[in-house]
Amino acid sequence: MNQPVFVSGTQQSIVVPRDATTIYLLRIADTCLILAQRLSEWCGHAPVLEEDIAMANMALDLLGQARALFAHIGQRPGIDLDEDRLAFLRDERDYFNVTLVELPNGTSGRRDFAFTTLRNAVMATFLKLLWERLSSSSDEAVAAIAGKALKEARYHQQHAGEWVVRLGDGTDESARRLDAARQRLWIYVAELFDADDVDDAAEAMGLGPRWSALHDAWHAEMAILFDEARLPAPTTRPSAFRSTGKIGRHSEHMGYLLADLQYLQRAYPGGVW
Amino acid sequence: MNGAALDDLPHTTRIERAWAVLRDVLDPEVPALSIVDLGIVRDVVERDDGALDLVFTPTYSGCPATEAIESSALAAIDAAALGPAHVTLRRAPAWTSEWISAAGRAKLRDYGIAPPGRALADGTQPLRFVSRAAPPCPRCGSPRTERLSAFGSTACKSLHRCLACREPFEHFKPI
Repeated sequence: MNQPVFVSGTQQSIVVPRDATTIYLLRIADTCLILAQRLSEWCGHAPVLEEDIAMANMALDLLGQARALFAHIGQRPGIDLDEDRLAFLRDERDYFNVTLVELPNGTSGRRDFAFTTLRNAVMATFLKLLWERLSSSSDEAVAAIAGKALKEARYHQQHAGEWVVRLGDGTDESARRLDAARQRLWIYVAELFDADDVDDAAEAMGLGPRWSALHDAWHAEMAILFDEARLPAPTTRPSAFRSTGKIGRHSEHMGYLLADLQYLQRAYPGGVW
Repeated sequence: MNGAALDDLPHTTRIERAWAVLRDVLDPEVPALSIVDLGIVRDVVERDDGALDLVFTPTYSGCPATEAIESSALAAIDAAALGPAHVTLRRAPAWTSEWISAAGRAKLRDYGIAPPGRALADGTQPLRFVSRAAPPCPRCGSPRTERLSAFGSTACKSLHRCLACREPFEHFKPI
């Protein structure tokens, strides 16, 4: 009688060191990973076939970027973890992506193309600027990953930007949906540019920029886009609300997302294709 | 490669033969092209321990063909009795479509895929007004074409249509 290949059961979580370099790099890798997960949920559900393909392709690029960073992080001294364990076996508080990327693709269980599109534009613009700076990182492996990712982020930004303009300058309904998306996601944008010790350390090491240093360039590019899309100028008004995914404290959506993401490795430890 | 040493040898060197083998390893997603035509193979070196080091630069971060390319390259090297060999990924400088050889471009066109134009240094034109010269139709040669989809069947291609002969075609994106 054949024995089952996998021992079904629970897979223990891994713990990652919390030094500034690891956290700084995990913030980028996790942001790419979780956005890839959200984009891949569109596969088979996008409003038109071309955008179904586009979202799957962008998800693949983001996943590849995350994977390269995980592989690099996993080889750092004292870590010794492969990219799969890093991607799939952490607890929620050990993921350091910005909250914006973990938000569902719509509200009340309904996918919303305008929300996903605007989030893609926000994130691709941000990531493009970040990869630009990282391509001169003191960490050569990070610089090499960034050099490649930069080209991909530019294409994503152009694609998302075209759709933001098409929706904002389109029908009354598309403009209304885009503006609703803007209002919903904008309170999560400030987190991108929050500074902290991790950023200070990364800047001091030459590893990468403080994310706050990207704000002005990001804002200028978003302003051009919003103007074309007939959206009100992007503001970054101070708000009492602050999302905190970057420090491991996530929204209520993250647990459900991780359940989906981790299911296979948790249920079938070490399972491979 | 050491040119002086080559002259002394009656037969081709192991490294030359390895290049010849790799020139026949096709990209699984663009089977018109070999991985050498595509510019993925950056170097072949013999290591001190006698193993061949195949130095590859992947095209896209998430290209699902990367592993298939590595294993088919290693299998081909083994089949030609040139092993043992290893693949090393070299990520910098990043792969660019400029590395596709002239022969590779001709093969793409013959296969019905419009080859990439010049990769633009488009960092300063971020949002939407990137100059996107329409690729000429690989079938009838007409410059009157339009883009149907920014993304295609693989990460490296977009989808277009010729307005003259009405045929759809794929375009290898310039990056």
